Amino acid sequence: MDLHQLSIAAAHSLLKKKEITAVELTRAVLERIDAVEEKVQAYLTVTDDSALAQAAEADRRIAGGDCGPLTGIPLGIKDLICIEGVRTTCASKILENYHPPYDAFVIRKLKQAGAVFVGKLNMDEFAMGSSTENSGFKLTRNPWDLERIPGGSSGGSAAAVASGMCLGALGSDTGGSIRQPASHCGVVGMKPTYGRVSRFGLVAFASSLDQIGPITRSVTDCAQVLAAICGHDPADSTSVPMAVPDFENSVRAGDLSGMTVGLPKEYQAMEGVDPEVAGAVESAVQVMENLGARRVSVSLPNTEYVVAVYYVIAPSEASSNLARYDGVKYGFRDAGRNDLIDMYRNTRSKGFGAEVQRRIIIGTYCLSAGYYDAYYGKAMQVRTLIMEDFKKAFESCDVIVAPTAPTPAFRIGEKIEDPLTMYLSDIFTLSANLAGIPGISIPCGFSSGGLPIGLQILGKHFDEQTLLQTAYRFEQATKFHTKRPRL
Amino acid sequence: MRITKEQILHVAHLARLELDEEAVEKFAGQISTVLEYVDQLQGIDTEGVKPTSHAISLTNAFREDQQRDHLETEKALANAPEKEDGSFVVPKVVG
Repeated sequence: MDLHQLSIAAAHSLLKKKEITAVELTRAVLERIDAVEEKVQAYLTVTDDSALAQAAEADRRIAGGDCGPLTGIPLGIKDLICIEGVRTTCASKILENYHPPYDAFVIRKLKQAGAVFVGKLNMDEFAMGSSTENSGFKLTRNPWDLERIPGGSSGGSAAAVASGMCLGALGSDTGGSIRQPASHCGVVGMKPTYGRVSRFGLVAFASSLDQIGPITRSVTDCAQVLAAICGHDPADSTSVPMAVPDFENSVRAGDLSGMTVGLPKEYQAMEGVDPEVAGAVESAVQVMENLGARRVSVSLPNTEYVVAVYYVIAPSEASSNLARYDGVKYGFRDAGRNDLIDMYRNTRSKGFGAEVQRRIIIGTYCLSAGYYDAYYGKAMQVRTLIMEDFKKAFESCDVIVAPTAPTPAFRIGEKIEDPLTMYLSDIFTLSANLAGIPGISIPCGFSSGGLPIGLQILGKHFDEQTLLQTAYRFEQATKFHTKRPRL
Repeated sequence: MRITKEQILHVAHLARLELDEEAVEKFAGQISTVLEYVDQLQGIDTEGVKPTSHAISLTNAFREDQQRDHLETEKALANAPEKEDGSFVVPKVVG
């Protein structure tokens, strides 16, 4: 038995029955990292010593009869979520040696649950990108085809989960950064409703869009990790004080009979969608119909403006959030000629990579005197129209179904010099962040070239349960999620 | 809208970024392409539409004003590139 390929649920069952120990499981994952990391390059930091210590502690808990669903489960964490004392870089030179003095809320929750952290995962610098090519440190490869990108920005998280280098991972999603890499790597990824998961200890990119979520190899595992990280946190003023549903137990409840699946006509008419992707999504809808769901056509009239709105709002918020990297409190400093302004400029120009600088400039421009109303103000108004589109569409359907990405994973280097083309590939994922709704990507097929294709299911605010239940029924009926890349 | 090299340099100064000639040239082209794309928003009628800053709007997230532990000075300073006597050190600002 390959322990590193177990689902979280299966590993938990073996741990509980004491057929394996958490130390054995963690060792198996660390050995897998030794074996395939050279090819995939998903990790920025592997914390083997502390992982084995946490696993030993988990074994003590289990021996004492306390074996929760994540106790002793080896997880990987995207390198923009703070773990006290563990280097957290955001894949940026500017934070190359940053060791956070505190745990993120989600890390505190996972530590309480007894999870084991095997390391920190690669990403696009400050989560800005769709391919993980913008990492300041290394190029992560898609485990299904090493010449292709794993998606981004949580590319390290998705690649590590797909290749067995952790049992599950946390990512963050500002415009698709969990769902799109999950789609490209053939795993499950969920962006929860904005406000469902605390952002305390998540290094900020665009604060009104960022949300932490799970990347796993099955829908039940996704529900399990989500259940562990949710909850109200007074330290995040946007964390919503509402009860957390019983995700882990409700995921298997219910069926699809009588459910309505919305297909936006604007998505159907969109150009640039790979026919194999469109075909896989259509087959997925048919599977849902066979399970009792009914398809309805819905309309999201402002779809054509989604990319433009996003690429004003996200860089604007980023330019403000990233003002904190000034070479004073933490991170890299270049003293320059030893004048304060000069020090700021040297530090930031040498510390940030090209895409981050590009977005800071776009954002600063959109927020600058004379342009604020035309760009940022206007984008915030059109964001309202986009939200209203979803509200109206959800009056006639329970979930909306779409591709996660318009094409399977593209080749390394293919879009890196053409930012707008890269931005346009985010068309199906951006609107969930703008509208604040939850979305999940699950495997729904493979291209003729053997690359995974993802199905995206979008739901109403705080209705992750329906997404999980729908995804679970589809997964049980299809089994695409059981395929693994050969490395 | 096309952005000129002068505007790029001005905005870079506001953002405390120093760009070399090659970067200015490259960014002027790439950012103009993005801004021209974004300009399609100008044609949308948004008369009377309220702007959305957060999709889930919460107002007044209050909590009790209680005394709590805070990050210790030593921990807060641990990552500072330069520190002295419990403070962050910056280059001299006044003459």
